[in-house]
Amino acid sequence: MKVLVPVKRVVDFNVKVRVKSDQSDVDIANVKMSMNPFDEIAVEEGVRLKEKGAATEVVAVSCGVTACQETLRTAMAMGADRAVLVETDAELQPLAVAKLLKAVVEKEQPQLVILGKQAIDDDANQTGQMLAALLDWPQATFASQIEVNGDQIQVTREVDGGLETVSLNLPAVVTTDLRLNEPRFVTLPNIMKAKKKTLDVLTPDEVGVDVAPRLKTLKVEEPPVRAAGVIVPDVATLVEKLKNEAKVI
Amino acid sequence: MSILVIAEHDNQQLNGATLHAVAAAAQIGEDIHVLVAGQGAQTVAQAAGQIAGVSKVLHADGESLADALAENMAAQVLSVAQNYSHLVFAATTAGKNVAPRVAAKLDVAQISDIISVESADTFKRPIYAGNAVATVQSADVQKVLTVRTTAFDAQAAEGGSAAIESVSPVADAGSSRFISRELAQSDRPELSSASVVITGGRGLGNAENFKLLDALADKLGAAIGASRAAVDAGYAPNDWQVGQTGKIVAPQLYMAFGVSGAIQHLAGMKDSKVIVAVNKDPEAPIFSVADYGLVADLFEVLPELTKAL
Repeated sequence: MKVLVPVKRVVDFNVKVRVKSDQSDVDIANVKMSMNPFDEIAVEEGVRLKEKGAATEVVAVSCGVTACQETLRTAMAMGADRAVLVETDAELQPLAVAKLLKAVVEKEQPQLVILGKQAIDDDANQTGQMLAALLDWPQATFASQIEVNGDQIQVTREVDGGLETVSLNLPAVVTTDLRLNEPRFVTLPNIMKAKKKTLDVLTPDEVGVDVAPRLKTLKVEEPPVRAAGVIVPDVATLVEKLKNEAKVI
Repeated sequence: MSILVIAEHDNQQLNGATLHAVAAAAQIGEDIHVLVAGQGAQTVAQAAGQIAGVSKVLHADGESLADALAENMAAQVLSVAQNYSHLVFAATTAGKNVAPRVAAKLDVAQISDIISVESADTFKRPIYAGNAVATVQSADVQKVLTVRTTAFDAQAAEGGSAAIESVSPVADAGSSRFISRELAQSDRPELSSASVVITGGRGLGNAENFKLLDALADKLGAAIGASRAAVDAGYAPNDWQVGQTGKIVAPQLYMAFGVSGAIQHLAGMKDSKVIVAVNKDPEAPIFSVADYGLVADLFEVLPELTKAL
């Protein structure tokens, strides 16, 4: 079974982004970029499936600028066998990414696509579901456990209020939640090895996908700032303030 | 054209999140319909018809819809979608599961997690864990939206008298099966809609200590939440997680004990009306959003506070 793992290059989760003064976008010049954390979990899961013998090959794929090659090298250092970059400088929205991934799926013919449930930059939480819909494949979002049984996959999902388990016919799309696994750290020897692995580059034109954005960003603003609070000296003062000032208890 | 709100429910009760989705729909336009897709969910359909401002309920009743499988739910929405300019879901795990499937099949963009309606095609939504707010305009004919429930006051559950119209249920796609559900049983209010939320962080130290929050929660009728650090450490179940990728809450009163306040956590609670933080580290980022901060040992504060209330 071949597993395809799409990964996104995003602003590192430790960076607090700032809005540009002209309110056109956030300013991501010179900030640290990393693999989307949920996608790291997806790569880890793909690699574990291979280590368990349930998968034969793990292919990482990314869509975006040339620098996404770094993200793909990281995926290969974690254990992905090879990588595909659909390279473009265009702004990519989730629907466009889903269409590009569909084209890659048709080329690669994986039985399973594992991807992060959401990217921590646009917080959209759409691409996996959209890909599943475009392929007419079943999906299991927000996975906290995956078990492959022959031509089916059983997935435990983190839903509001608890857990839900579904079984899907393969091929299928799974999106990862935080508790699925803890991604491994990449080691120097593996980083060196990853440099020798194959990384193919395609373009949206080559795969025949129109990536024109459907949503226009009119403005990006700072969120409203909370007024500064006070430090209270003790519990008695806290209770007094909550009762008489904030009037919430 | 009309607006369709997709109801969330467990076949017995209408989930309160739907009332917030209807409230957002009411800011977009007037002719609001609600789709109730389920099995044996007549009481839900009746409840949906009573929501203020709803003019029609579409009720699809079938075995394929019993467990809200994404494949069948999306197909059901698509079976009626052509009549609507806007398809509106609550941004719950159920809504997030289905909405993008619908959008992709309609070949339209989805606008996730809207926090305000600027016009029928323009919406505001948080990005980068709420560190920025984007105003986006859709060029698509149909709009698929998910609604951040905390950003819209719930529509009145009573006052409407919409007609209920039956629509044919879709056939089972056959590609996925529901196996089981383990939902936490709790007498406490639901985290995302509670008016008081008490949250524990890694500062609580272990799962046993999380129970120290119970007495205070009992007194205040509060829901209990947790930071991601606490959930990852196994102190609390995952459905308690408050933050960018967990639950988004905006209660009247939010009390955080031993929560440091990573930006991902703040993203899930900073719209709360009053925030109280108790942490022994005076430099903890949680204090930057707290209305009332108390630099102290939570193990001393918790019993004292519970007694004082």
